[in-house]
Amino acid sequence: MGAKITAVSYYLPEKIITNADFFAKFPDYKNEALEKLGIGERRRVSPGQTASDMAEAAARKLFSDYNIDPQSIDFLLLGILEPDYYTPPTSCVLHGKLGLPKKCGTMEFNHGCSAYVYGIATAQGLMSSLGVKRVLFISTSVLSNTFHPEDRSSHYVFGDAASATLIEYTDDDMIGPYSYGTDGSGYNKIIVEDGFARNPLNEDSFKEEKDQYGNITSRKNFRMDGIGVFLFSMRVVPEMISDLLSKAHLTIDEVDHFIFHQPNRFLNENIRKKIGIPEHKFRHDIEKTGNTVQSTIPIALKNMMDEKLIKSGDTAVLAGFGVGLSWISTVVRF
Amino acid sequence: MDSLGTFITKLESELDTLEKGSLTPTVKYREIPNWSSMFALIIIAFCETEYSVTITGEDLRSCETVTDLYGLVVSRSK
Repeated sequence: MGAKITAVSYYLPEKIITNADFFAKFPDYKNEALEKLGIGERRRVSPGQTASDMAEAAARKLFSDYNIDPQSIDFLLLGILEPDYYTPPTSCVLHGKLGLPKKCGTMEFNHGCSAYVYGIATAQGLMSSLGVKRVLFISTSVLSNTFHPEDRSSHYVFGDAASATLIEYTDDDMIGPYSYGTDGSGYNKIIVEDGFARNPLNEDSFKEEKDQYGNITSRKNFRMDGIGVFLFSMRVVPEMISDLLSKAHLTIDEVDHFIFHQPNRFLNENIRKKIGIPEHKFRHDIEKTGNTVQSTIPIALKNMMDEKLIKSGDTAVLAGFGVGLSWISTVVRF
Repeated sequence: MDSLGTFITKLESELDTLEKGSLTPTVKYREIPNWSSMFALIIIAFCETEYSVTITGEDLRSCETVTDLYGLVVSRSK
């Protein structure tokens, strides 16, 4: 008994913010060194457009691109950071909007940059525990809604997007093994601190803080310790990939593609060099979208499928890492 | 471990937007024109990949000059 990724689509909101648009707004932030991040433009939702709206659009695109009947879906998995309501789960709301069958289960989680690979693992588990055959897995993020207007760094790096993936039951196992972990002591490296159960909004939540690089944020806004996350990624990702390849009895030479979460090109290039992955096997795919959190891997995957870079029989390593701090990787065969 | 001169040449090459020869032992790197978090990341990545030495954001704040940074890397290199 096993699972296979059989279809991937993604949705990008219409509004494009090019680097020229960005620097027109923040002229002091212009710096040639930023080109190393590999980001040329990013998308933004329109006013009132939610993460679940993008999720719905991504799912409808998947149904249309691959001629999938929504009635054939057994389970809806949703990776989402910005739910519509405190309760009910947004996956239930989405179930209704998409017209999925009553026998279809739903579940969601908010693991950000690690969510895509965790979603694949969860889909596999549901096939074993519930006996489902067709899992619709949607990832979506409008992290930009949490940024302080003057947090230039976050506005530059992140983009809004959603993806939809169909994971189907197969006789041959086409996904696995996995390597994963968590370092909860680093929970505050990537955080929106106030406005939820631990710290309800209060006067201090709105106090603006300027960091040494001129970015302004507050406790109710998204905050990321960029250098801390860089060091975490440089330490954890090479160890994780080494562990994964060992479990899979594979060498780097035997893997066709390495498709990692795309925080930025600079970090991924440093990770690639540290692991020793040849350039032609390593996908950079951030130029047109920025860091779209849990959608970076499926966007890269879909683009590679469309570019006919992935052939039947190919092997790819997928790796997510970030918020939590959390990390997970797996081997996928096509 | 490289000499201070080689360290500076290599670091200047990583900070490729700097004018050649502008990085000297006494330069206070946080006063480099357009100093940004990107420059900090480039320095940290350089120390990690070139010398297998981990430099944190706190370390960068505790040093002033390029020579201070070199001294820190030397003290941590194996």
